Amino acid sequence: MRYMCLIYSDEGWRNTMSEAEGGRVLQEFMDFTQSVVKSGHHRAGERLAPTSSATTIRTKGGKVVTTDGPFAETKEQLGGYYILEAANLDEALKLAQRIPTVHLGGAIEVRPIMDMPPAK
Amino acid sequence: VSVLPEPGGILSHWARMELGDFYHRRYGRILATLIRLIGDFELAEESLQDAFALALEAWPAAGTPANPEAWIVSTARHKAIDRIRRRAFLDTHRAEVEHHWRVQVESAADVVEPEDSLSLIFTCCHPALAPEAQVALTLRTLCGLSTEEIAHAFLVPVPTLAQRLVRAKTKIRDAGIPYRVPESHDYPARLDAVLAVVYLVFNEGYSASFGEQLVRAELCAEANRLGRMLVELLPRSTEAKGLLALMLLHDARRNARVDSDGGLVRLEDQERSRWDRGQIAEGIALVEASLRGGPPGPYAVQAAIAAVHSEARTAAETDWRQIAALYGVLVSLQPTPVVELNQAVAVAMADGPNRGLELLDRLTARGELSSYHLLPVARAELLQRLGRHPEAAAEFQRALALASNEPERRHIERRLAEVSADLR
Repeated sequence: MRYMCLIYSDEGWRNTMSEAEGGRVLQEFMDFTQSVVKSGHHRAGERLAPTSSATTIRTKGGKVVTTDGPFAETKEQLGGYYILEAANLDEALKLAQRIPTVHLGGAIEVRPIMDMPPAK
Repeated sequence: VSVLPEPGGILSHWARMELGDFYHRRYGRILATLIRLIGDFELAEESLQDAFALALEAWPAAGTPANPEAWIVSTARHKAIDRIRRRAFLDTHRAEVEHHWRVQVESAADVVEPEDSLSLIFTCCHPALAPEAQVALTLRTLCGLSTEEIAHAFLVPVPTLAQRLVRAKTKIRDAGIPYRVPESHDYPARLDAVLAVVYLVFNEGYSASFGEQLVRAELCAEANRLGRMLVELLPRSTEAKGLLALMLLHDARRNARVDSDGGLVRLEDQERSRWDRGQIAEGIALVEASLRGGPPGPYAVQAAIAAVHSEARTAAETDWRQIAALYGVLVSLQPTPVVELNQAVAVAMADGPNRGLELLDRLTARGELSSYHLLPVARAELLQRLGRHPEAAAEFQRALALASNEPERRHIERRLAEVSADLR
């Protein structure tokens, strides 16, 4: 099964980091990515630009409305994701626990990806 | 005119009774095996219901099969295949997945493996499920309790509980919660959850909060069986031993705990010759093994308390000082208001009712047990011992308003009548 690991952390914290600290965190992420690529669990993974760059669109009264910012203001923001291949939830959780965010005070939401028939 | 029903009628009635008994005893373990074979909770449950419905038709007429368990598993497997075919027909793009299932289900052996029950309980008690869903799912699947019984036991509306079960089963399937006993490094955390649920199952059987029947011996037996399996699989777990000891020691008093009218008999009034000495000896040996195995956990300490009670030949000979000391240990391990309530009762027995009442007053003031009927019962009993009968009567009244279990209500009514008679 494929599992989406949504990475949530406080963006503000990222900005207050020293350059050296930021470098260490980046290295930790690169190490994690490399290890799951090597073990064959990695399917995808990206880092997102901060929510200050987000634009949200939705329909209101039959019109598409575009607004500045993320869809909801939350204490922790979606900052990136991994898609990991795992035999079951236990394996997915074990892998997700190693995402550096977990020990850096953030949270990972693990969601299975639904298998859909390929688009024709 | 003969008043006897037709012979066939008697036979079919007997077969139905037998099937009902079989259902209650075997539902959980058969379902556990079916889930392993079929790989889907919902489909396994539906197919098992189909198989039992068919048995209800077939067994009274043709007689109970030589191996009823294998008959049910085999029938349920075929019913599952029917359902898979129907689903695949309706939903063509899933045909490939369904084919994989079908091959697996068709080639399976109709053997009920006891280990499957353990896989099932670890799955039901997975931390990715909400705690209340873990308990509900275990009672529904392993113990075969109905949704209504579970809802009643937990004072939850039936639709709420039904929804809780559906959501839990959907999550098991969609999130890929594995159906297995966890790997050794996951054991400690996962075991705590399982032990809690097993003990809850035992308590459901021991003091069934729903309906008239006070003791559902089969549930206790099921919990004990699960407890034994855990002890076997985890020979070094002191808490698995502690839990089994606790359940055996309580269960040993089962026959003395209920009078001929189904009324509850208090520990001090029980006819101790009716206690199951064999089971007590087994329980005490397990407590000792558990305490030797390492620092005591909450189950081992509770079992030790039960063991001290079991060792007293009469209620008067009970070593209350030791019991009060053990409750002191238990409060430090498990600081819950119910444990504190029991500690207060033990202290009252060891050091006098005034000392116990002090502890109960503190507990009452905190308000955490405001809907728990045993708090006013405990207060009432101490007040009665102190000769404060009007206050005792008021507390029994309060308890009556909170108690829902019929035998317990009758017991409280009797105590209220006693204390009211003393008032006149």
